[in-house]
Amino acid sequence: MFDYGHFRFESKEDLFDKSIRFWNPDKTKFWQKAGIDLVIDRREGYCLFDMDGRRLIDLHLNGGTYNLGHRHPELIETLKGALDYFDMGNHWFPSVARAALSEALIRVTPGMKYVVFGAGGAEAVDIAIKSARYATKRRKIVSIIKGYHGHGGLSVATGDDRFSKIFLADMPETFIQVPFNDIGAMEQALKSGDIAALIMETIPATYGFPMPKDGYLQACKALCEKYGAMYIADEVQTGMMRCGQLWGWQTYNIQPDIMVTAKGLSGGIYPISACLVNERAGDWLNEDGAAHISTAGGAELGCVVAHKVIEMLHRPETIASVHAVAEFFREAMAEMIQRHGDIFSGVRQRGVVLGLEFNHPEGAVYVSRALYEHGVWAIFSSLDKRVLQWKPGALLSHAMCQEIMDRFDAAMPRARELIAAAGK
Amino acid sequence: MDQVLLTVPDAVYEKAKLKVERSRWAAVKFQKLDRATVTRIVNAVAHAAHAKAQFYADWAVRETGMGVVDHKRQKNEACSRGLVEMYGAEDFVAPRIDAARKIVELPRPAGVIFALIPVTNPVATVYFKTLMALMTRNAIILSPHPGAKAVCADAAAMMAEAAKAAGAPDGVIQVIEEPTIPLIEKLISDERVDLVIATGGPAVVKAAYTSGNPAFGVGPGNAPVLVDDTADLRLAAKRIVASKSFDNSILCTNESTLLAYQTVADALLAAMKSEGAHICTPDEVAKLRKLLFTSQGFNTAMIGKDAAVIAREAGFNAAGAKILVTPVDLVQPEEKLVREKLCPVLAFARVANIDQAIACARSMMRTAGRGHSAAIHSRKETNIMAFAAALPALRVAVNTGCSLGSSGFETHLGPSMTIGTGFSGGSSLSENLTPHHLVQYARIAYNKEAAETFGDFNGVDPLNLPRAQNVALTSVAHNADLDELRRELRKIILEELSAVRAA
Repeated sequence: MFDYGHFRFESKEDLFDKSIRFWNPDKTKFWQKAGIDLVIDRREGYCLFDMDGRRLIDLHLNGGTYNLGHRHPELIETLKGALDYFDMGNHWFPSVARAALSEALIRVTPGMKYVVFGAGGAEAVDIAIKSARYATKRRKIVSIIKGYHGHGGLSVATGDDRFSKIFLADMPETFIQVPFNDIGAMEQALKSGDIAALIMETIPATYGFPMPKDGYLQACKALCEKYGAMYIADEVQTGMMRCGQLWGWQTYNIQPDIMVTAKGLSGGIYPISACLVNERAGDWLNEDGAAHISTAGGAELGCVVAHKVIEMLHRPETIASVHAVAEFFREAMAEMIQRHGDIFSGVRQRGVVLGLEFNHPEGAVYVSRALYEHGVWAIFSSLDKRVLQWKPGALLSHAMCQEIMDRFDAAMPRARELIAAAGK
Repeated sequence: MDQVLLTVPDAVYEKAKLKVERSRWAAVKFQKLDRATVTRIVNAVAHAAHAKAQFYADWAVRETGMGVVDHKRQKNEACSRGLVEMYGAEDFVAPRIDAARKIVELPRPAGVIFALIPVTNPVATVYFKTLMALMTRNAIILSPHPGAKAVCADAAAMMAEAAKAAGAPDGVIQVIEEPTIPLIEKLISDERVDLVIATGGPAVVKAAYTSGNPAFGVGPGNAPVLVDDTADLRLAAKRIVASKSFDNSILCTNESTLLAYQTVADALLAAMKSEGAHICTPDEVAKLRKLLFTSQGFNTAMIGKDAAVIAREAGFNAAGAKILVTPVDLVQPEEKLVREKLCPVLAFARVANIDQAIACARSMMRTAGRGHSAAIHSRKETNIMAFAAALPALRVAVNTGCSLGSSGFETHLGPSMTIGTGFSGGSSLSENLTPHHLVQYARIAYNKEAAETFGDFNGVDPLNLPRAQNVALTSVAHNADLDELRRELRKIILEELSAVRAA
């Protein structure tokens, strides 16, 4: 019996049954088929606990949402303090929490003028696209094939058609996609002169974190300038110090016109996202500030938490930790390739954003399962199943990093077995 | 406007917790460095610290209002380059091979050391503990007394920078910039701390020992010094006055009470007077007793103050005096003047012989100073032996000042700002703290049987072992040739197996 006070379940099976009946049959069954029978129950630090009590170390972090860990005590205390005073607030009026967070974000983000808040990443991407269209008076948006920017009305059309066609939301005439790391294709798309913006994840996450080639992002930005398009940096997974600086684009020396942040900004405890715009892209906020409205966007509770998140990220100790964790996994993974090179073929890395390449077409699916059996939760890239997303937390302790690698090493024979059984 | 409207987390504590983890990372990386690198780091930090000895001596006196600049400079120098001269030749990094016992010992540094720094000797202790830690590849977090936080933070930052420039890992030296008692209590019991080294008042030491973490804490001093009838009185007087006035008696090893044989007492006092001691009248003694001991205990405002300043505060004149000598009739704990005094005031009593000297010394140490220090000026081995054997002190300095003798600067005890007071003094440490205390050893131990020969571990470096065989980078992508090969191999193995079974 699992009694949560408000509701209860007889068993884990009971939960699966109700999930299939009332929530999402396909998603529930998908994981069962994949051998991942996870129902996240308690969570703390970088650990998840399954309903049956099993502990898992979280290297998925829901795309960096739990960058600072699950239920970080300082953030919990911050939110509790805010709850004694605030609620979501009223989006119509100026608010101390929104003003303070906006100021904090603008202070740490070069080149930006205003902040527009949303509740989730997709909403912020929609705001980014709207802002670019407002500024350029153009409609078309360019993104990369296998890019991912969420599931909003506009944002979904920038991504893989798996997510848009099913809802008749694909708009290939206005949302043009080009291959990643192909600057020729990019110029071809932009030179039509009717493109409002290029939207780009600094490192495409769902594609398995392929690293932008040297100079690629800078060249893309230069082409945007040349052809009058805006550059939107999607920093949902690469921001929050995960690439070694606050925003991933800072590490590539580019200056976007618009940028989007979400996930980790919430500290994983109160949903919030933000679209930061430069003066030109944000000019609609002078013309008609109510042109975009969101009741939950920039809820004051979220603003207080995000304000604390930004402060925490700038502590020298946090920055030192990101560098230490990044260096640890750089060295540890190089060693693992030496030992398990028959299946493990490469690492893509920037800061604590890593993609581990396996040389079977669905290698990461099997490795993910083997790791799961060994107490580590890391998810494969749904748009490139050779690649395991490896997203260590910014504040991981050395002891836990070492534990992760010991478990990883121990899981490799099992991964090898699963891959062999799967055949070619 | 003044009231904070929201309840907010204790960001100081949260930041301090991050420091502990940063220190953990540093400790792990530090333990992978070889001796040459460690030596380079230690030397660079000691050099940088030595160069700033005067600067921080000035600052420490300015900030704490305690002690003597010139003496603090000497201590800073002794606790920087002096330590390197003392321990630089020792190897705390390489495994130790004991072929006779068939044992190899691998150094295991503590890891993260949390070091409490007293207000009395702030910079010297920062230097001392940091260099001890670096020599043994430990990371250190320094937690200064609030009364010396600025100078300690600056000195720590200077050392951290020198360490980093010499190749030390990030975060190997950190400091708590805003120490408070609740914060320190939480940090010393953080399970990620490997060792607490507490130098300070009894409350601090007790907190360290109740933290649940391994700790070296040391108790308070209260050193008796005996001058018998075999002593060189001129030298004894000179040494006692110099020691008692050294940094205005701020070292816990300073002389508290002078016991002199009746037969030499007057001559000794006369000699001390010519060395700059002011011998107080009974009225002055009463005034000092009143000034120095309040209902709360020792008057902390007088710690480390000049003798003349203390006299003025007490209400008499002793301009130019280096120390104030207060003759007392009773050497028992109820006479407050024979308690520990971290200021240049020295109680004085006459004794008939060694037995009475021992009785007096034991009496005054009954309430404070157990396990700490004592001194004797004598040429008579049986007196020295009797004094050492009977007293609860763990070190008895002979024919030298107790301040620098017991703390190891003027003896071969090993220069230390942390004086172990042993079991009787509430400490697990009985010696002067040295780098040896900060590293433990893992032991490889062979079978004793003669037939089992000991391995040759010369040149086998735990930091540089041969790597596992590289696995060839082969693709598991479909490869018909490989499949054919595998089938062939399997067939051969099966044939072999059945042949074995048949046999």
